[in-house]
Amino acid sequence: MNINEIKSQFPIFSKKINGKPLVYLDSSNSSQKPMCVINRLNDFYKNEFSNIGRSIHSLAVSATNKFEETRISVKNFINAKFKEEIIFTKNATEAINLVATTFGQQNIEKGDEIIITELEHHSNYVPWHFLRETRKAIIKFAPINEDGDIIIDKLKELITSKTKIVAVTHLSNVTGAIVPIKEIVEIAHKKNVPVLVDGCQSVPHIKVDVTDLNCDFYVFSAHKVYGPTGVGILYAKKKWLERLPPYIGGGAMISEVKKDKIIYAQLPEKYEAGTMPTAEVITFNESIKFMQSIGKDNLMKHEKEITNYALEKLRKINSVKIIGNPKNKAGVIAFTIKGIHPHDIATILDEDGVAIRAGHHCCQILHEKLNLTATARASIGVYNTKDDIDALCKAIENCRKIFDLK
Amino acid sequence: MDLKQLYQDIILEHGKSPRNLGKCEGYSHEAKGYNPLCGDKVHVYLKLDSRKKVERLTFEAEGCAISLASASIMTELVKGKSFEEAKEIINAFLDMIKNTSELQSNHLDEEQKIKVMSLSGVKRFPMRVKCATLAWHTLVSAMEEKKEEVNTEVID
Repeated sequence: MNINEIKSQFPIFSKKINGKPLVYLDSSNSSQKPMCVINRLNDFYKNEFSNIGRSIHSLAVSATNKFEETRISVKNFINAKFKEEIIFTKNATEAINLVATTFGQQNIEKGDEIIITELEHHSNYVPWHFLRETRKAIIKFAPINEDGDIIIDKLKELITSKTKIVAVTHLSNVTGAIVPIKEIVEIAHKKNVPVLVDGCQSVPHIKVDVTDLNCDFYVFSAHKVYGPTGVGILYAKKKWLERLPPYIGGGAMISEVKKDKIIYAQLPEKYEAGTMPTAEVITFNESIKFMQSIGKDNLMKHEKEITNYALEKLRKINSVKIIGNPKNKAGVIAFTIKGIHPHDIATILDEDGVAIRAGHHCCQILHEKLNLTATARASIGVYNTKDDIDALCKAIENCRKIFDLK
Repeated sequence: MDLKQLYQDIILEHGKSPRNLGKCEGYSHEAKGYNPLCGDKVHVYLKLDSRKKVERLTFEAEGCAISLASASIMTELVKGKSFEEAKEIINAFLDMIKNTSELQSNHLDEEQKIKVMSLSGVKRFPMRVKCATLAWHTLVSAMEEKKEEVNTEVID
Protein backbone atom coordinates (compact mmCIF):
# COMPACT_ATOMS: atom_id res chain seq x y z
CA MET A 1 0.00 0.00 0.00
CA ASN A 2 1.12 3.53 -0.76
CA ILE A 3 0.92 5.50 2.46
CA ASN A 4 1.40 8.88 0.79
CA GLU A 5 -1.45 8.17 -1.57
CA ILE A 6 -3.66 7.13 1.36
CA LYS A 7 -2.72 10.14 3.45
CA SER A 8 -3.49 12.45 0.54
CA GLN A 9 -7.09 11.24 0.66
CA PHE A 10 -7.50 12.96 4.04
CA PRO A 11 -7.95 16.69 3.45
CA ILE A 12 -7.34 17.58 7.09
CA PHE A 13 -3.64 16.87 6.65
CA SER A 14 -3.27 19.91 4.43
CA LYS A 15 -4.22 22.02 7.44
CA LYS A 16 -1.73 23.59 9.79
CA ILE A 17 -2.14 23.45 13.57
CA ASN A 18 -0.40 26.29 15.40
CA GLY A 19 1.50 26.91 12.17
CA LYS A 20 2.79 23.33 12.05
CA PRO A 21 1.69 20.39 9.89
CA LEU A 22 -0.86 18.26 11.72
CA VAL A 23 0.52 15.10 13.27
CA TYR A 24 -2.61 13.26 14.29
CA LEU A 25 -2.01 10.56 16.88
CA ASP A 26 -5.46 10.41 18.43
CA SER A 27 -7.22 7.86 16.24
CA SER A 28 -8.23 5.72 19.21
CA ASN A 29 -10.36 8.65 20.22
CA SER A 30 -11.72 9.26 16.74
CA SER A 31 -10.31 8.89 13.25
CA GLN A 32 -10.01 11.53 10.55
CA LYS A 33 -12.17 11.22 7.45
CA PRO A 34 -11.13 10.52 3.85
CA MET A 35 -12.52 12.62 1.00
CA CYS A 36 -14.78 9.80 -0.24
CA VAL A 37 -16.61 9.84 3.11
CA ILE A 38 -16.88 13.63 3.26
CA ASN A 39 -18.12 13.76 -0.33
CA ARG A 40 -20.69 11.05 0.22
CA LEU A 41 -22.26 12.88 3.14
CA ASN A 42 -22.32 16.09 1.14
CA ASP A 43 -23.73 14.40 -1.97
CA PHE A 44 -26.45 12.66 -0.06
CA TYR A 45 -27.67 15.90 1.49
CA LYS A 46 -27.33 17.74 -1.82
CA ASN A 47 -28.90 15.29 -4.23
CA GLU A 48 -30.51 12.35 -2.49
CA PHE A 49 -31.85 13.37 0.88
CA SER A 50 -34.96 11.77 2.24
CA ASN A 51 -35.88 9.97 5.40
CA ILE A 52 -36.04 6.20 5.12
CA GLY A 53 -38.92 3.86 5.73
CA ARG A 54 -42.53 4.50 5.07
CA SER A 55 -42.71 7.06 2.28
CA ILE A 56 -43.49 5.86 -1.21
CA HIS A 57 -41.70 8.58 -3.20
CA SER A 58 -38.56 7.91 -5.19
CA LEU A 59 -36.12 9.66 -2.90
CA ALA A 60 -37.38 7.69 0.11
CA VAL A 61 -37.14 4.41 -1.73
CA SER A 62 -33.61 5.19 -2.84
CA ALA A 63 -32.50 6.31 0.64
CA THR A 64 -34.05 3.21 2.20
CA ASN A 65 -32.20 0.98 -0.24
CA LYS A 66 -28.91 2.76 0.38
CA PHE A 67 -29.43 2.50 4.14
CA GLU A 68 -29.97 -1.24 3.83
CA GLU A 69 -26.90 -1.50 1.59
CA THR A 70 -24.79 -0.24 4.48
CA ARG A 71 -26.32 -2.87 6.71
CA ILE A 72 -25.29 -5.54 4.25
CA SER A 73 -21.79 -4.04 3.96
CA VAL A 74 -21.41 -4.06 7.74
CA LYS A 75 -22.65 -7.63 7.89
CA ASN A 76 -20.05 -8.69 5.34
CA PHE A 77 -17.35 -6.53 6.90
CA ILE A 78 -17.56 -8.36 10.23
CA ASN A 79 -18.82 -11.62 8.71
CA ALA A 80 -22.17 -11.83 10.45
CA LYS A 81 -24.61 -14.47 9.20
CA PHE A 82 -27.72 -12.33 8.72
CA LYS A 83 -28.24 -8.67 7.94
CA GLU A 84 -30.97 -8.53 10.62
CA GLU A 85 -28.22 -9.08 13.14
CA ILE A 86 -26.85 -5.60 12.44
CA ILE A 87 -28.58 -2.84 14.43
CA PHE A 88 -27.69 0.83 14.02
CA THR A 89 -27.53 2.94 17.17
CA LYS A 90 -26.27 6.44 17.83
CA ASN A 91 -22.89 5.19 19.09
CA ALA A 92 -21.22 2.13 20.54
CA THR A 93 -22.09 3.33 24.04
CA GLU A 94 -25.78 3.22 23.19
CA ALA A 95 -25.29 -0.25 21.73
CA ILE A 96 -23.90 -1.51 25.05
CA ASN A 97 -26.69 0.25 26.94
CA LEU A 98 -29.21 -1.40 24.65
CA VAL A 99 -27.88 -4.84 25.52
CA ALA A 100 -27.36 -4.15 29.23
CA THR A 101 -30.87 -2.73 29.62
CA THR A 102 -32.82 -5.30 27.63
CA PHE A 103 -30.73 -8.26 28.71
CA GLY A 104 -30.86 -7.04 32.30
CA GLN A 105 -34.63 -6.62 32.27
CA GLN A 106 -35.07 -10.16 31.10
CA ASN A 107 -32.23 -12.07 32.68
CA ILE A 108 -30.72 -10.35 35.70
CA GLU A 109 -32.11 -10.92 39.17
CA LYS A 110 -30.79 -9.92 42.57
CA GLY A 111 -27.40 -11.51 43.22
CA ASP A 112 -26.74 -12.43 39.58
CA GLU A 113 -23.22 -11.78 38.39
CA ILE A 114 -21.84 -9.80 35.50
CA ILE A 115 -18.18 -10.23 34.64
CA ILE A 116 -16.23 -7.41 33.06
CA THR A 117 -12.47 -6.75 33.13
CA GLU A 118 -10.07 -4.16 34.48
CA LEU A 119 -9.35 -3.07 30.91
CA GLU A 120 -12.84 -1.82 30.18
CA HIS A 121 -13.73 1.62 28.94
CA HIS A 122 -16.32 3.31 31.17
CA SER A 123 -18.93 2.62 28.50
CA ASN A 124 -18.53 -1.10 29.12
CA TYR A 125 -18.85 -0.65 32.86
CA VAL A 126 -21.40 2.07 33.62
CA PRO A 127 -24.32 0.41 31.75
CA TRP A 128 -23.69 -2.76 33.82
CA HIS A 129 -23.41 -0.65 36.95
CA PHE A 130 -26.98 0.50 36.28
CA LEU A 131 -27.99 -3.15 36.70
CA ARG A 132 -26.08 -3.24 39.96
CA GLU A 133 -28.20 -0.29 41.09
CA THR A 134 -31.58 -1.29 39.69
CA ARG A 135 -31.47 -5.09 39.87
CA LYS A 136 -28.92 -5.63 42.65
CA ALA A 137 -26.57 -7.45 40.31
CA ILE A 138 -22.94 -8.08 41.27
CA ILE A 139 -20.11 -6.92 39.03
CA LYS A 140 -16.86 -8.86 39.09
CA PHE A 141 -13.69 -7.62 37.45
CA ALA A 142 -11.39 -10.06 35.71
CA PRO A 143 -7.91 -8.83 36.65
CA ILE A 144 -5.01 -7.96 34.38
CA ASN A 145 -1.37 -8.88 34.91
CA GLU A 146 1.47 -6.36 35.00
CA ASP A 147 1.89 -6.54 31.22
CA GLY A 148 -1.70 -5.36 30.84
CA ASP A 149 -3.12 -8.68 29.62
CA ILE A 150 -6.31 -10.14 31.09
CA ILE A 151 -5.48 -13.18 33.23
CA ILE A 152 -7.70 -15.69 31.45
CA ASP A 153 -7.48 -18.30 34.21
CA LYS A 154 -8.74 -15.76 36.72
CA LEU A 155 -11.59 -14.82 34.44
CA LYS A 156 -12.45 -18.49 34.15
CA GLU A 157 -12.50 -18.83 37.94
CA LEU A 158 -14.89 -15.91 38.26
CA ILE A 159 -17.62 -17.64 36.24
CA THR A 160 -20.13 -19.32 38.54
CA SER A 161 -23.68 -20.60 38.23
CA LYS A 162 -24.76 -17.04 39.05
CA THR A 163 -22.89 -15.51 36.10
CA LYS A 164 -25.29 -14.18 33.50
CA ILE A 165 -23.01 -12.38 31.03
CA VAL A 166 -19.36 -11.59 30.32
CA ALA A 167 -18.59 -8.18 28.78
CA VAL A 168 -15.06 -7.61 27.54
CA THR A 169 -13.11 -5.38 25.23
CA HIS A 170 -11.43 -6.76 22.11
CA LEU A 171 -8.60 -4.23 22.24
CA SER A 172 -7.57 -1.99 25.11
CA ASN A 173 -7.75 1.72 24.38
CA VAL A 174 -4.89 2.30 26.84
CA THR A 175 -2.38 -0.53 26.58
CA GLY A 176 -3.28 -1.66 23.06
CA ALA A 177 -3.63 -5.24 24.33
CA ILE A 178 -5.46 -7.46 21.87
CA VAL A 179 -7.71 -9.72 23.92
CA PRO A 180 -8.13 -13.43 22.98
CA ILE A 181 -11.89 -13.19 22.50
CA LYS A 182 -12.32 -16.58 20.90
CA GLU A 183 -10.79 -18.26 23.94
CA ILE A 184 -12.94 -16.23 26.35
CA VAL A 185 -16.10 -17.02 24.37
CA GLU A 186 -15.29 -20.74 24.47
CA ILE A 187 -14.75 -20.61 28.23
CA ALA A 188 -17.97 -18.68 28.84
CA HIS A 189 -20.08 -20.74 26.45
CA LYS A 190 -19.02 -23.95 28.18
CA LYS A 191 -20.93 -22.57 31.15
CA ASN A 192 -23.75 -21.24 28.97
CA VAL A 193 -22.79 -17.63 29.60
CA PRO A 194 -23.15 -15.20 26.69
CA VAL A 195 -20.39 -12.75 25.82
CA LEU A 196 -20.56 -9.11 24.74
CA VAL A 197 -17.47 -7.72 23.03
CA ASP A 198 -16.58 -4.05 22.87
CA GLY A 199 -14.99 -3.78 19.44
CA CYS A 200 -14.54 -0.01 19.24
CA GLN A 201 -10.76 -0.22 19.07
CA SER A 202 -10.50 -3.49 17.18
CA VAL A 203 -12.72 -3.02 14.13
CA PRO A 204 -10.63 -0.13 12.73
CA HIS A 205 -7.34 -1.96 13.17
CA ILE A 206 -7.54 -5.76 13.23
CA LYS A 207 -9.54 -8.49 11.50
CA VAL A 208 -12.94 -9.06 13.06
CA ASP A 209 -15.04 -12.10 12.21
CA VAL A 210 -17.99 -12.38 14.58
CA THR A 211 -18.94 -15.81 13.27
CA ASP A 212 -15.49 -17.14 14.00
CA LEU A 213 -15.37 -15.41 17.40
CA ASN A 214 -18.81 -16.86 18.09
CA CYS A 215 -19.59 -14.01 20.52
CA ASP A 216 -23.21 -13.16 21.29
CA PHE A 217 -22.91 -9.37 21.00
CA TYR A 218 -20.31 -7.19 19.33
CA VAL A 219 -20.41 -3.39 19.32
CA PHE A 220 -18.39 -0.71 17.58
CA SER A 221 -18.67 2.83 16.31
CA ALA A 222 -18.43 4.23 12.79
CA HIS A 223 -16.44 7.33 13.65
CA LYS A 224 -13.36 5.37 14.67
CA VAL A 225 -13.48 3.47 11.34
CA TYR A 226 -12.94 6.60 9.21
CA GLY A 227 -16.69 7.12 9.15
CA PRO A 228 -19.12 9.80 10.35
CA THR A 229 -20.11 10.47 13.95
CA GLY A 230 -23.59 9.55 15.15
CA VAL A 231 -23.51 5.88 14.18
CA GLY A 232 -22.90 2.91 16.44
CA ILE A 233 -23.26 -0.69 15.42
CA LEU A 234 -24.65 -3.54 17.46
CA TYR A 235 -24.15 -7.02 16.14
CA ALA A 236 -26.13 -9.60 18.06
CA LYS A 237 -26.98 -13.18 17.32
CA LYS A 238 -30.50 -13.33 15.95
CA LYS A 239 -31.70 -15.54 18.79
CA TRP A 240 -30.91 -12.76 21.25
CA LEU A 241 -32.49 -9.99 19.25
CA GLU A 242 -35.63 -12.07 18.86
CA ARG A 243 -35.76 -12.98 22.50
CA LEU A 244 -34.88 -9.68 24.17
CA PRO A 245 -37.46 -6.91 24.66
CA PRO A 246 -37.27 -3.70 22.59
CA TYR A 247 -35.19 -0.81 23.91
CA ILE A 248 -36.42 2.56 22.66
CA GLY A 249 -40.09 2.87 21.78
CA GLY A 250 -41.53 5.00 19.00
CA GLY A 251 -42.05 5.09 15.27
CA ALA A 252 -40.61 2.47 12.96
CA MET A 253 -40.16 -0.11 15.71
CA ILE A 254 -43.82 -1.08 15.67
CA SER A 255 -45.83 -3.29 13.40
CA GLU A 256 -49.31 -2.50 14.71
CA VAL A 257 -50.56 -0.02 17.28
CA LYS A 258 -53.96 -0.30 19.00
CA LYS A 259 -55.37 1.34 22.10
CA ASP A 260 -55.01 -1.84 24.07
CA LYS A 261 -51.96 -3.47 22.49
CA ILE A 262 -48.86 -2.86 20.42
CA ILE A 263 -47.11 -5.34 18.20
CA TYR A 264 -43.46 -4.67 17.65
CA ALA A 265 -41.73 -4.70 14.30
CA GLN A 266 -39.51 -7.48 13.06
CA LEU A 267 -35.74 -7.27 13.13
CA PRO A 268 -33.86 -5.09 12.62
CA GLU A 269 -36.54 -2.33 12.91
CA LYS A 270 -37.53 -3.57 16.37
CA TYR A 271 -34.39 -1.85 17.66
CA GLU A 272 -34.34 1.18 15.36
CA ALA A 273 -37.03 3.53 16.66
CA GLY A 274 -37.43 7.05 15.38
CA THR A 275 -35.51 8.82 12.64
CA MET A 276 -32.11 7.27 12.28
CA PRO A 277 -28.87 9.06 11.35
CA THR A 278 -29.84 8.32 7.77
CA ALA A 279 -27.13 10.30 5.99
CA GLU A 280 -24.42 9.04 8.32
CA VAL A 281 -25.39 5.39 8.03
CA ILE A 282 -25.47 5.68 4.25
CA THR A 283 -22.11 7.47 4.33
CA PHE A 284 -20.59 4.78 6.51
CA ASN A 285 -20.74 2.44 3.52
CA GLU A 286 -17.99 4.55 1.96
CA SER A 287 -15.79 4.06 5.03
CA ILE A 288 -16.17 0.32 4.73
CA LYS A 289 -15.30 0.52 1.04
CA PHE A 290 -12.29 2.64 1.94
CA MET A 291 -11.15 0.03 4.47
CA GLN A 292 -11.73 -2.77 1.97
CA SER A 293 -9.80 -0.94 -0.74
CA ILE A 294 -6.76 -1.00 1.54
CA GLY A 295 -7.37 -4.47 2.91
CA LYS A 296 -7.05 -5.44 6.56
CA ASP A 297 -3.81 -7.37 5.94
CA ASN A 298 -2.10 -4.34 4.44
CA LEU A 299 -3.52 -2.06 7.07
CA MET A 300 -2.38 -4.28 9.93
CA LYS A 301 1.08 -4.65 8.43
CA HIS A 302 1.42 -0.88 8.04
CA GLU A 303 0.15 -0.06 11.52
CA LYS A 304 2.36 -2.74 13.07
CA GLU A 305 5.40 -1.25 11.37
CA ILE A 306 4.58 2.27 12.61
CA THR A 307 3.76 0.99 16.10
CA ASN A 308 7.03 -0.92 16.39
CA TYR A 309 8.96 2.08 15.12
CA ALA A 310 7.23 4.29 17.69
CA LEU A 311 7.86 1.88 20.55
CA GLU A 312 11.51 1.55 19.62
CA LYS A 313 12.02 5.31 19.39
CA LEU A 314 10.05 6.17 22.52
CA ARG A 315 11.92 3.60 24.58
CA LYS A 316 15.16 5.38 23.71
CA ILE A 317 13.99 8.65 25.26
CA ASN A 318 15.05 9.04 28.85
CA SER A 319 12.27 9.12 31.43
CA VAL A 320 9.59 7.93 28.96
CA LYS A 321 7.74 4.89 30.23
CA ILE A 322 5.40 2.86 28.02
CA ILE A 323 2.36 1.61 29.90
CA GLY A 324 1.80 -2.13 29.55
CA ASN A 325 3.62 -4.72 27.54
CA PRO A 326 0.87 -7.01 26.27
CA LYS A 327 1.54 -10.17 24.27
CA ASN A 328 -0.25 -8.80 21.24
CA LYS A 329 -0.18 -5.05 20.96
CA ALA A 330 -1.97 -2.82 18.49
CA GLY A 331 -1.14 0.83 17.74
CA VAL A 332 -2.26 2.29 21.04
CA ILE A 333 0.65 3.60 23.09
CA ALA A 334 0.02 5.05 26.53
CA PHE A 335 3.07 6.54 28.16
CA THR A 336 4.27 8.76 30.96
CA ILE A 337 7.26 11.03 31.26
CA LYS A 338 8.74 11.13 34.73
CA GLY A 339 8.45 14.66 36.06
CA ILE A 340 5.87 15.91 33.55
CA HIS A 341 2.14 15.52 34.02
CA PRO A 342 0.33 14.13 30.93
CA HIS A 343 -1.73 17.31 30.56
CA ASP A 344 1.39 19.39 30.36
CA ILE A 345 2.74 16.95 27.77
CA ALA A 346 -0.42 17.24 25.67
CA THR A 347 -0.42 21.04 25.78
CA ILE A 348 3.23 21.30 24.78
CA LEU A 349 2.91 18.69 22.02
CA ASP A 350 -0.10 20.53 20.63
CA GLU A 351 2.01 23.63 20.12
CA ASP A 352 4.11 21.49 17.79
CA GLY A 353 1.00 20.33 15.91
CA VAL A 354 1.13 16.91 17.54
CA ALA A 355 -2.34 15.79 18.67
CA ILE A 356 -2.34 13.16 21.39
CA ARG A 357 -4.69 12.50 24.28
CA ALA A 358 -3.97 12.90 27.97
CA GLY A 359 -6.06 11.76 30.91
CA HIS A 360 -7.58 8.51 32.07
CA HIS A 361 -9.01 7.75 28.61
CA CYS A 362 -12.32 6.74 30.23
CA CYS A 363 -10.49 3.91 32.02
CA GLN A 364 -10.25 4.97 35.64
CA ILE A 365 -10.37 1.36 36.87
CA LEU A 366 -7.32 0.51 34.77
CA HIS A 367 -5.44 3.65 35.84
CA GLU A 368 -6.19 2.95 39.47
CA LYS A 369 -4.81 -0.57 39.00
CA LEU A 370 -1.68 0.90 37.43
CA ASN A 371 -1.44 3.45 40.24
CA LEU A 372 -1.68 6.33 37.82
CA THR A 373 -4.20 9.15 37.61
CA ALA A 374 -3.44 9.96 34.01
CA THR A 375 -1.32 8.95 31.05
CA ALA A 376 -0.47 10.43 27.68
CA ARG A 377 -1.57 8.36 24.71
CA ALA A 378 -0.44 8.30 21.11
CA SER A 379 -2.64 6.15 18.90
CA ILE A 380 -2.04 5.20 15.32
CA GLY A 381 -4.29 5.22 12.29
CA VAL A 382 -3.93 4.17 8.69
CA TYR A 383 -2.55 7.59 7.70
CA ASN A 384 0.33 7.74 10.18
CA THR A 385 3.89 7.62 8.95
CA LYS A 386 7.33 7.28 10.47
CA ASP A 387 7.66 11.03 10.00
CA ASP A 388 4.72 11.45 12.41
CA ILE A 389 6.56 9.38 14.99
CA ASP A 390 9.70 11.42 14.48
CA ALA A 391 7.65 14.58 15.03
CA LEU A 392 6.18 13.06 18.20
CA CYS A 393 9.61 12.24 19.56
CA LYS A 394 10.97 15.66 18.68
CA ALA A 395 8.02 17.30 20.45
CA ILE A 396 8.64 15.11 23.51
CA GLU A 397 12.26 16.26 23.52
CA ASN A 398 10.98 19.84 23.47
CA CYS A 399 8.78 18.98 26.42
CA ARG A 400 11.73 17.61 28.30
CA LYS A 401 13.70 20.74 27.49
CA ILE A 402 10.97 23.05 28.81
CA PHE A 403 10.80 21.04 32.02
CA ASP A 404 14.58 20.88 32.17
CA LEU A 405 14.75 17.09 32.40
CA LYS A 406 18.12 15.40 32.08
CA MET B 1 6.00 32.52 22.34
CA ASP B 2 2.71 31.52 24.00
CA LEU B 3 4.01 28.27 25.39
CA LYS B 4 6.79 30.14 27.17
CA GLN B 5 4.16 32.41 28.67
CA LEU B 6 2.29 29.41 30.01
CA TYR B 7 5.32 27.58 31.28
CA GLN B 8 7.24 30.44 32.80
CA ASP B 9 10.20 29.59 35.01
CA ILE B 10 8.30 30.56 38.12
CA ILE B 11 5.50 28.12 37.26
CA LEU B 12 7.86 25.30 36.44
CA GLU B 13 9.74 25.95 39.65
CA HIS B 14 6.61 26.00 41.84
CA GLY B 15 5.29 22.96 39.95
CA LYS B 16 8.46 21.05 40.71
CA SER B 17 8.81 22.19 44.33
CA PRO B 18 5.43 23.31 45.61
CA ARG B 19 5.45 25.38 48.81
CA ASN B 20 3.27 24.64 51.83
CA LEU B 21 2.66 21.06 50.87
CA GLY B 22 0.94 18.71 53.30
CA LYS B 23 -1.54 18.95 56.13
CA CYS B 24 -0.97 21.93 58.44
CA GLU B 25 -1.11 21.46 62.16
CA GLY B 26 -4.37 22.34 63.88
CA TYR B 27 -6.25 23.27 60.74
CA SER B 28 -9.73 24.64 61.35
CA HIS B 29 -11.05 24.44 57.79
CA GLU B 30 -10.53 22.09 54.86
CA ALA B 31 -12.02 21.33 51.47
CA LYS B 32 -11.43 18.99 48.59
CA GLY B 33 -11.51 19.85 44.91
CA TYR B 34 -11.71 17.63 41.87
CA ASN B 35 -11.48 18.20 38.15
CA PRO B 36 -13.24 15.23 36.55
CA LEU B 37 -11.99 16.25 33.12
CA CYS B 38 -8.39 15.39 33.94
CA GLY B 39 -8.50 13.78 37.37
CA ASP B 40 -6.65 16.60 39.13
CA LYS B 41 -7.28 16.61 42.86
CA VAL B 42 -6.54 19.11 45.58
CA HIS B 43 -7.11 19.16 49.32
CA VAL B 44 -6.76 22.53 51.02
CA TYR B 45 -6.11 22.91 54.78
CA LEU B 46 -6.57 26.22 56.47
CA LYS B 47 -6.13 27.54 59.98
CA LEU B 48 -7.98 30.74 60.83
CA ASP B 49 -7.00 32.39 64.09
CA SER B 50 -9.44 33.94 66.56
CA ARG B 51 -9.66 37.13 64.43
CA LYS B 52 -10.31 35.06 61.31
CA LYS B 53 -6.85 35.71 59.94
CA VAL B 54 -5.32 33.01 57.72
CA GLU B 55 -2.67 31.77 60.08
CA ARG B 56 -1.75 28.64 58.12
CA LEU B 57 -2.59 27.47 54.62
CA THR B 58 -1.35 24.25 53.06
CA PHE B 59 -2.45 21.79 50.42
CA GLU B 60 -2.09 18.27 49.10
CA ALA B 61 -2.55 17.73 45.39
CA GLU B 62 -2.22 15.51 42.42
CA GLY B 63 -2.04 17.25 39.12
CA CYS B 64 -0.20 19.02 36.35
CA ALA B 65 2.46 21.72 36.68
CA ILE B 66 -0.13 24.47 36.25
CA SER B 67 -2.41 23.21 39.01
CA LEU B 68 0.44 22.55 41.45
CA ALA B 69 2.08 25.91 40.77
CA SER B 70 -1.21 27.72 41.09
CA ALA B 71 -1.98 26.07 44.45
CA SER B 72 1.55 26.71 45.68
CA ILE B 73 1.50 30.40 44.72
CA MET B 74 -1.96 30.74 46.25
CA THR B 75 -0.80 29.47 49.65
CA GLU B 76 2.15 31.85 49.63
CA LEU B 77 0.02 34.88 48.86
CA VAL B 78 -3.00 34.24 51.01
CA LYS B 79 -1.18 33.17 54.15
CA GLY B 80 -1.19 35.94 56.75
CA LYS B 81 -4.13 37.81 55.19
CA SER B 82 -7.38 38.59 56.92
CA PHE B 83 -10.53 36.78 55.86
CA GLU B 84 -11.69 39.75 53.76
CA GLU B 85 -8.29 40.33 52.22
CA ALA B 86 -8.06 36.66 51.26
CA LYS B 87 -11.47 36.84 49.58
CA GLU B 88 -10.41 39.92 47.65
CA ILE B 89 -7.23 38.25 46.41
CA ILE B 90 -9.10 35.12 45.33
CA ASN B 91 -11.66 37.19 43.42
CA ALA B 92 -8.90 39.23 41.81
CA PHE B 93 -7.17 36.06 40.71
CA LEU B 94 -10.31 34.45 39.26
CA ASP B 95 -11.18 37.71 37.54
CA MET B 96 -7.72 37.86 35.99
CA ILE B 97 -7.93 34.28 34.70
CA LYS B 98 -11.45 34.51 33.36
CA ASN B 99 -12.07 38.12 32.40
CA THR B 100 -9.38 40.75 32.40
CA SER B 101 -5.69 40.11 32.02
CA GLU B 102 -4.92 42.62 34.73
CA LEU B 103 -4.72 41.79 38.39
CA GLN B 104 -6.58 44.27 40.53
CA SER B 105 -5.85 43.77 44.19
CA ASN B 106 -5.22 46.20 47.02
CA HIS B 107 -3.69 43.58 49.23
CA LEU B 108 -0.75 42.33 47.20
CA ASP B 109 2.54 44.11 46.66
CA GLU B 110 4.17 44.43 43.24
CA GLU B 111 6.32 41.36 43.63
CA GLN B 112 3.34 39.26 44.67
CA LYS B 113 1.31 40.60 41.76
CA ILE B 114 4.01 39.56 39.32
CA LYS B 115 3.94 36.10 40.83
CA VAL B 116 0.18 35.70 40.38
CA MET B 117 0.28 37.22 36.92
CA SER B 118 2.67 34.49 35.82
CA LEU B 119 -0.47 32.33 35.73
CA SER B 120 -2.36 34.61 33.34
CA GLY B 121 -0.81 32.84 30.33
CA VAL B 122 -3.31 30.06 30.90
CA LYS B 123 -6.03 32.24 29.32
CA ARG B 124 -4.77 31.29 25.88
CA PHE B 125 -5.32 27.61 26.70
CA PRO B 126 -9.03 27.21 27.48
CA MET B 127 -8.65 23.51 28.26
CA ARG B 128 -6.19 24.39 31.00
CA VAL B 129 -8.01 27.23 32.80
CA LYS B 130 -9.56 24.84 35.30
CA CYS B 131 -6.11 23.52 36.20
CA ALA B 132 -5.25 27.01 37.40
CA THR B 133 -8.51 27.76 39.19
CA LEU B 134 -9.12 24.46 41.02
CA ALA B 135 -7.14 25.25 44.19
CA TRP B 136 -8.59 28.75 44.47
CA HIS B 137 -12.18 27.54 44.23
CA THR B 138 -11.32 24.91 46.79
CA LEU B 139 -9.92 27.54 49.16
CA VAL B 140 -13.19 29.48 48.88
CA SER B 141 -15.05 26.30 49.73
CA ALA B 142 -12.86 25.73 52.80
CA MET B 143 -13.32 29.32 53.99
CA GLU B 144 -17.09 29.10 53.58
CA GLU B 145 -17.14 25.73 55.30
CA LYS B 146 -18.94 24.01 52.45
CA LYS B 147 -19.18 20.30 52.90
CA GLU B 148 -19.36 19.24 49.28
CA GLU B 149 -16.28 18.59 47.19
CA VAL B 150 -15.55 21.32 44.65
CA ASN B 151 -16.15 19.99 41.15
CA THR B 152 -14.82 22.15 38.31
CA GLU B 153 -17.53 20.83 36.01
CA VAL B 154 -20.10 22.45 38.26
CA ILE B 155 -18.32 25.55 39.43
CA ASP B 156 -16.53 26.97 36.38
